Amino acid sequence: MSSLILADRPGRMENAAATGFKMTVTGASALVAVALSGVGVFLIVSSAPAFTAHADQLPLAAPTLWALAGPLVFGSIWSSTLALAIALPLGVGVGLYITWYAPRRLAGLLAAMIDTLAAIPSVVYGLWGLMCLAPVMSGVYDWAARWLGWFPLFAGTASSTGRTIGTGALVLAIMILPIIAALCREVFQRAPAAGVEAALGLGATRWEMIRLAVLPWAGSGIVSAGLLGLGRALGETMAIAMVVSPAPFFVGWSVITSANPNTVAAFIAQFFPEAHQVEVAALIGLGLIMFGITLLVNAVGRRLADGRQGQR
Amino acid sequence: MNPTYTLSAGRRRANRLATVAVTGAVFLALIPLVWLLVTVVSRGFARLDAQFFTWSMRGVVGEGGGAIHAIVGTVLITAATTAICVPIGVGTAIYLVEYGRGWLPRVIRFVVVVLTGLPSIVAGLFVYAVIMAICGPGTRSGLAGAAALSLLMIPVVITSSEEILALVPNRLREAAIGLGATKHRIITTVIWPHALSGIVAAVMLGVCRIIGETAPLLLVAGFADSMNTDLTSGRMSTLPVYIYSQWQNKGANLAAYDNRAWTAALVLIGLVLIFAVASRLIVRLTSSRPQR
Amino acid sequence: MKKTTVIATGVAVIAALTGCAANEVATDQSTPPPASASHTATRLTGTIDAGGSSAQTAAHEAWRAGFQASQPEVTVNYDPTGSGTGRQNFTDGGYVLAGTDEPLAIDHVAGPFAACAPGSALVEIPAYVSAIAIGFNLDGVASLTLDATLIARIFSGEITRWNDPAIVAANPQVGLPDLGITAIHRSDKSGTTHNFTDYLAQAAGSAWPYPVAQTWPSQLSGEAAEKTQGVRQAIIATPGAIGYLDASQAQGMGSVVVGAGEKAVAHSAQAAAAAVGASPLEQGRSTTDVVVALNRTLTDGQSYPIVLVSYLVACGTYADPDVGQLVKSYLGHVVSEAGQQEAAKHAGSSPITADPTLSGLVAKAVAGIH
Repeated sequence: MSSLILADRPGRMENAAATGFKMTVTGASALVAVALSGVGVFLIVSSAPAFTAHADQLPLAAPTLWALAGPLVFGSIWSSTLALAIALPLGVGVGLYITWYAPRRLAGLLAAMIDTLAAIPSVVYGLWGLMCLAPVMSGVYDWAARWLGWFPLFAGTASSTGRTIGTGALVLAIMILPIIAALCREVFQRAPAAGVEAALGLGATRWEMIRLAVLPWAGSGIVSAGLLGLGRALGETMAIAMVVSPAPFFVGWSVITSANPNTVAAFIAQFFPEAHQVEVAALIGLGLIMFGITLLVNAVGRRLADGRQGQR
Repeated sequence: MNPTYTLSAGRRRANRLATVAVTGAVFLALIPLVWLLVTVVSRGFARLDAQFFTWSMRGVVGEGGGAIHAIVGTVLITAATTAICVPIGVGTAIYLVEYGRGWLPRVIRFVVVVLTGLPSIVAGLFVYAVIMAICGPGTRSGLAGAAALSLLMIPVVITSSEEILALVPNRLREAAIGLGATKHRIITTVIWPHALSGIVAAVMLGVCRIIGETAPLLLVAGFADSMNTDLTSGRMSTLPVYIYSQWQNKGANLAAYDNRAWTAALVLIGLVLIFAVASRLIVRLTSSRPQR
Repeated sequence: MKKTTVIATGVAVIAALTGCAANEVATDQSTPPPASASHTATRLTGTIDAGGSSAQTAAHEAWRAGFQASQPEVTVNYDPTGSGTGRQNFTDGGYVLAGTDEPLAIDHVAGPFAACAPGSALVEIPAYVSAIAIGFNLDGVASLTLDATLIARIFSGEITRWNDPAIVAANPQVGLPDLGITAIHRSDKSGTTHNFTDYLAQAAGSAWPYPVAQTWPSQLSGEAAEKTQGVRQAIIATPGAIGYLDASQAQGMGSVVVGAGEKAVAHSAQAAAAAVGASPLEQGRSTTDVVVALNRTLTDGQSYPIVLVSYLVACGTYADPDVGQLVKSYLGHVVSEAGQQEAAKHAGSSPITADPTLSGLVAKAVAGIH
């Protein structure tokens, strides 16, 4: 701490170091901005031919790139929303449990186990979803079709293989749960101790303490965690490609039938290896459209986050 | 007058409900984890032998062979990606939280936000195009793979680190200013130790994001069945690519390929556990903040 | 102290990991490589970067192992990135040899190709022949006889149950359950789909009015699965499922004996080779551009009509003569009797050497590479 005991003003060396540090971190940020903007430029330039192409040049003989992209964007957003709806509450719950409910030993073990889920490669999730989850889900879908068929989510004939967007969303939810849980955990741990102690001292139950002293500080963190998870789900390629049985140009709400929407990322993966010139541009164009969608979704999310109280 | 204090029934109920909900969440989260792990362990057990850890796939046809080239490739490429992302990502997070003013932080946040949803295959396509423009077609290298993965890891590291740094209490900053510290002193001597464990967790999140990636590496690092320890030239295999290629491109002896794929999955999970333990060890050795 | 111990352990582990793989220790340099009729006995060094059709991957594994055993200083890389990418990379110079399920269109044969010397001829040879099996999952039923019309009607969704009178009539001895048919096709672009739809279009006539393409017709429903393994998994896991996939992967499921005319043919390496042998070469191509125009309507009782022929594309004259030597040597091994038998054993393909005329043409084309 002797470095902090200074004279009235920082000396020249100190100022130089301060400026150097500031320039380094600013430089790092600028590098990020440049590199990542480069991706945007690449996408725009490479995909340009596809926006004016017609049916005999585009994959699936789609009339325009937008006609191809529409159902795919629907599929991406629909599957990711379903996944987030499952994973966000679970992730927040897991984070709360590890931080405030579990005994010390168990907390560490649980944290490690949830982190392990994060590390499993998407290929393995795809394999597991295909071989283990889908057959089990097909039984569930049969049941749902019979008893809950009046609800749009469960309308139609159940798929006999279980390889539906519902199963895909489940796999996605399991994939993004660890990211959400880990970030929530870190955020909950850092709730100011003063507030926590004050609440407990006033006789609050554990839940009331969490509600009063932890969640208000964690609001922005939870939204960030959700957005990270959503981003991961939107960009997931392998697991969806292996698990879901897509129908071309399909748009629909049911999660149990054989006909499912495809997602942008999975479509690109499925069509890229055999793609010809303009088709490659079309696939890159799909990536660009995905960029735009992610931006929109995140903008909405950020607005929610900024609206919450934080200590920033 | 007996000032015994008791909880109202409503508050007790709410508390119990919350406990049930939170515990239930953990149970639900653990079911797929246990199911997955049981699947991977039971199917991957067959090839957990010495040959798997000492042989590559060069010259192997059908039965036998191993994944040492993929294991080494994973370690090298992950290390390279982390080496690229940590200084840049954490530096950017520090800039955004401590210095950010004006238009640059807005641009950076915009860019990070958009890139969080980048499909991994598009990141691979971009790096492939850049490498092709610079080095000519057909160039494949581990470093290119690391570059593609960095595009995916950086948004995670920046977002998480930003949250962690923002949560450092302002009173610490104010105290340091009161003592006359310059901005960078505050960061290095006050904020950094407080946030370190969280930053390490953020980096681990990033590593977990990319260590299982297949699609971009297929494009830029290629498939390799021989050992390659040179990041700058030649194809380098990683465990996820190995799993993918063993699964998709089988010969007539199906069981041999299946077994190798599942054992590689098991090894990858084990590798991540080792990284996680190592990172917590690093935190404990270097942190001055009392651990929760 | 504790910190340094940890770091030292880490370094030791990493050092151990980066050691050589046990199977890559250099062999004794003094033993000369075994001479063989199909390639020269001189020691070659270098790398061949190849890639393309994923159907050929397992075959290349076998070819690579055999070739690298006699030429240990050569490394052959084959990326199963897909035929389209393979052809594109061959044009750009990323690959010096490409595998493709669809032969190059005649007007693309002139090039230019980055790896070839200007004015060079194109060498395109069929290297991999494989039957496409129609597999299904019915408890207790190992084989069914279906002709092209029936197959077309099943996959187009016209026939929806296994005990449909048309299927029963073709298989009177088999007990067919009252179970729904789940027809599985490929969700990705694939040469297998192209060959299957080509068969249906040629042999089923009006029962299959849909286009022949690498993508399944979008008007049709049914389940879609990713790649051969996805189709295989879907069939195995779903009672009542039926799908088309590479014959070597159709294990653990029932398979269809395809009716052609009066006779019916089960899929096998010989039957696939017979179909290729009985088909003419495509007209309008040079002597080094050997492309088979598959006739899928043969009724001789020997030929299995649903066949995939995958090609290897190389330059007649390479811009770099060393590369030319390497490719010629490798391809010489690929098309030799030994090479084709290796591939047959490991990948389940049909040796092209079963047809002397075809393999003679192919060997001549390879011999002309330089």
